[in-house]
Amino acid sequence: MCGTCGCGQSDDQITIRKPGEEVHHEHNHDYNHEHEHEHDDDKHSHHHHHHYKHDHDHTEMNHSHDHDKEHHDHKHNHDHDHHHEHDHSHEHDHSHSHEVKVEQDIMQKNDKLAERNRGYFEAKEIFSLNLVSSPGSGKTSLLEHTIKELKEEMKFFVIEGDQQTMNDANRINATGAPVVQINTWNGCHLDAEMINKAVKKLEVAEKSVLIIENVGNLVCPSLFDLGESKRVVVISVTEGDDKPIKYPNMFMSSNLCIINKTDLLPYVDFNVEKAKEYATRVNHHLEFIELSVKTGEGMDKWYEWLRKNK
Amino acid sequence: MHELSVAQNIIEIVTDFAKKNHAKRVMEVVLDIGAVSGVIPDNLEFAWEVSAKNTIAENALIKINYIEAKAVCLDCKKEFNLDDIYSICEYCLSTRYDIIQGKELKVKSIIIE
Repeated sequence: MCGTCGCGQSDDQITIRKPGEEVHHEHNHDYNHEHEHEHDDDKHSHHHHHHYKHDHDHTEMNHSHDHDKEHHDHKHNHDHDHHHEHDHSHEHDHSHSHEVKVEQDIMQKNDKLAERNRGYFEAKEIFSLNLVSSPGSGKTSLLEHTIKELKEEMKFFVIEGDQQTMNDANRINATGAPVVQINTWNGCHLDAEMINKAVKKLEVAEKSVLIIENVGNLVCPSLFDLGESKRVVVISVTEGDDKPIKYPNMFMSSNLCIINKTDLLPYVDFNVEKAKEYATRVNHHLEFIELSVKTGEGMDKWYEWLRKNK
Repeated sequence: MHELSVAQNIIEIVTDFAKKNHAKRVMEVVLDIGAVSGVIPDNLEFAWEVSAKNTIAENALIKINYIEAKAVCLDCKKEFNLDDIYSICEYCLSTRYDIIQGKELKVKSIIIE
C-alpha cells in the first residue's frame, strides 16, 4: 500500500524488472491536480490517486438551505454528469437515500485475474508454485539450490517479490534461471495482476516450472490467489513451533509445508511434531517436508515432491 | 495490513455500484466479514477511513456483519462452531474438518442518495 495516502498498490508504484534494468519508480502524490477528466469505471479500476470528483457544491456543509421546504416537493432526476447551478432550490433531507443490493465478493477482482493466470498456466502446462513464508526462512536459498540441482531436468522461471532491492533476483540470475523482480515498495504481498504482468515480461516457456517467491510475510499474501498450481509455506526451526496457529490463514491455504533449517534443531526449542500437529489442525490436507538447505538433508524429498506434482 | 488493499477493493465495488445507480454519495456500506476470512474488522474500519477519503463513499458508515465460523467434522460428520481456525471437533475431538462458513468477504449492499 501507498504509505503516503493509504491508497492500494497502484500500477505506477510496482516495478517489475529483470536483473540489470534501471529503476524507474514513479510515485506521484499529486493531490491538487485538476479533475477535468471523466471517470470511466473501466479505466480507473485500479489506480486511486485521482480522488473522486465532486462537481456539485451542495454538500450539506457549504450549501445553505434557507429556502422553504414546500418548494421542494418536486422530484428531480438530476443527472450528475453536468454541473448544475444551485440558484434553484432543492432540498434533499436524505429523502432520496435508498438501498442497493451489491452481493459481490471483495476479492473478486483478484480472484478473477488469478483464474485467468491459472488458465494460462494450465494451457501452457506450466507448473506454478507460490512460495510464502516469514522473512528469513530460507526461501531464496531453497530456490537457488533447487535450480542448481534440477536445472537439467526442469526448466525453471522465477518471479521474485520483495518490497525493495534486486538482491534476490540477482541471486537467482546467478543460477542461470530467467527471473524478474517485482518490487512492491510499500506493498506487503503480490497479487494476481502483478503476476500477470511479470509472466508476460518473463516470457515463461511451455512445460516449465514457475516459482513465485512472495513477499516475506505470513499474513497478507494468504488472501491473494495468484493463480498458482500449489502454495508452499516455508517455516524454519529458528521460528516458533506455534507459527501455524499464530498465522493460520497461510497454513490453511497452503498445500505443502517445508520445515527448513533442520540442521539447527539441536540448538533451538522448536518441536517439529508439535509444529506439524498445529499445522494439521489448521489444514488436515497439508503435506510436510523437513529439510536443511544448508546440509542438503531432506532435499531429495522436496525434489521428489516437485517431480511428482509437476 | 492487507486490509488497506481490501478496503480499496471495497471502494471500487461501491463506487461502481453507486455510479451505476446515479448516486450523489454513499451513506452506508454493509459488509459480510467471516471470522476466518483473514480480515480483522478493526483494521478494516481504520483502512476504510483512510481509503474512502475523497471518494463518493467518504464518510459512509461501515456496517460489518461478522459471520461466525462453522465446520463439519470429517470423522463424526457433525457440525460445530469453530472458535478458532485451529479448534478441534467438540464432539469427537477430531482435527479433521472442513470449514463451511466463516470465510466470507463480501459487499452486501449500500445505501446511496
